[in-house]
Amino acid sequence: MNQYILMLHHEPKVFHSDDLGPQQLQEIYNKYRAWRDRLAAEGRVAGGNKLDDTTGRVMRANGDGKVHVTDGPFTEAKEVIGGFFVVKADSYEEAVRIASDCPHLAYGTVEVRLIQV
Amino acid sequence: MTGEVVDDLFRRDSGRVVSTLTRILGPRHLALAEDVAQEALVRAIELWPHRGVPANPSAWLIQTAKNLAIDWLRRESSLAAKADDVARALSPAAMTPEVVDDQLAMMFLCCHPEIPREARVALTLKTVCGFGTGEIARAFLIQETAAAQRIVRAKRLIRERDLKFEALDEKLPAERKESVLEGLYLMFNEGYASAGDHLLRSDLCKEAIRLAGLLADHATAGGPECDALLALFLLQAAREGARVDEHGDLLLLEQQDRSQWNRAQIAEGIARLGRSAQGERVTRYHLEAEIAALHASALKFDEAHWRAIAEAYALLYTIHPTPIVTLNRAVALARAHGPHEGLKELEKIEHHPALERYHLLPAALAVLWREAGNEARAAEYFDKALALECSAPERRHLQKLSGRVTQEPSGESSLCRPISPSTADL
Repeated sequence: MNQYILMLHHEPKVFHSDDLGPQQLQEIYNKYRAWRDRLAAEGRVAGGNKLDDTTGRVMRANGDGKVHVTDGPFTEAKEVIGGFFVVKADSYEEAVRIASDCPHLAYGTVEVRLIQV
Repeated sequence: MTGEVVDDLFRRDSGRVVSTLTRILGPRHLALAEDVAQEALVRAIELWPHRGVPANPSAWLIQTAKNLAIDWLRRESSLAAKADDVARALSPAAMTPEVVDDQLAMMFLCCHPEIPREARVALTLKTVCGFGTGEIARAFLIQETAAAQRIVRAKRLIRERDLKFEALDEKLPAERKESVLEGLYLMFNEGYASAGDHLLRSDLCKEAIRLAGLLADHATAGGPECDALLALFLLQAAREGARVDEHGDLLLLEQQDRSQWNRAQIAEGIARLGRSAQGERVTRYHLEAEIAALHASALKFDEAHWRAIAEAYALLYTIHPTPIVTLNRAVALARAHGPHEGLKELEKIEHHPALERYHLLPAALAVLWREAGNEARAAEYFDKALALECSAPERRHLQKLSGRVTQEPSGESSLCRPISPSTADL
């Protein structure tokens, strides 16, 4: 089986809304948990983690040979990668199917990539 | 993945964190307390799906909120000294007596007499009970912006008038407790009698019962009137499930399936009512709880039962003289002594300005005129009742009554529900 990375893109502060009270946040959490638990029960979860939103830096080599560093990801991108899951699937289509009911789609986008071995 | 997350974990812990941090930081930093509580929950939803639920999720949330607060305070040099206070407080031990005290003291702050009445419950729900603004709006059937406004204004008042987070000791004036009891009563009644979302309403009742329980069991803040209020809530909530049929239509007391009544909760309510008798003062909560107990424990609804209820309402009127009490008493009198007795009582309040838009007054008049054999008057009052605003199940109930002459009309479900303070306090 291949491994695929599901990158979770979303706008920074997507869950920081006054409309989202504790109960709504718990409901959101429950959806993610149910989705992940189901994949785990099927033996499809190979990893995953949350990425820190606050300390990113973007480094870019300038033409003059120096490395240019900017604060990221907020200032550079409208969306950040908030976290990722690594799942096992037989084909890209299957990985896409797994991603297609990821609760994250309600709050951002999910990028599916094959991890080359 | 470890640990199960109980359904109201986020709400509960949010309320605990906000209350305790407000004690440490002072009410003027209520917004900071709310922000870090919220941020801790956001961290949980982002992290837990990857890492699994921590072994003690409450402790994790509280610890995270505490760290966030400390970080923020260290950055604000004027508040840096407070960071150590925060570090010492909020021990991860889930429910220490201190945390209970904090939630109660927070409720006393939210129900401070200087905060407008309509904002007190909203602010309590937001801070102590972890309700979102949207939920509060739906509970009160108001626009979300209006709910947000209420809360913002209340918080501003806390800052401007420098309201304090006070210890719950003997020095706390009696009117502060009155105000909290009234807030709890409103919260419960909103849940019990409003027309909003069913699940949300039941959450409101549960929160009112939980907080009333904390208050009643508190060594210094508790007291007989708190036991009475809790008894009233328990006795009403125990019959909640039986109030509607499978179509959501209201059932009369005599039609309710009593096997659906929550016996354990009724017993608890009766026991609380017993404890409430220890005081020297009879409050409206004592009498309302007694009426609820009469309903919940009666084996049959004969004349003696209704006489006892009518007497309890008469007594209630002496300490809480509102036209709603008279209305309820009239219904009980009619059940005990016939429709004319009830109609005589209703005459006293028929033109009361506070009841101008209260659909249950014409509804009661209609039912009693029918019982007295005057269908024409009855029809007139049914029309009046249906022209006024009421909940959908109540409307269906009234339509059924008005259209079906054979229906045996009776009290409780539409006429003897708890006294709506929103109307009674006009």
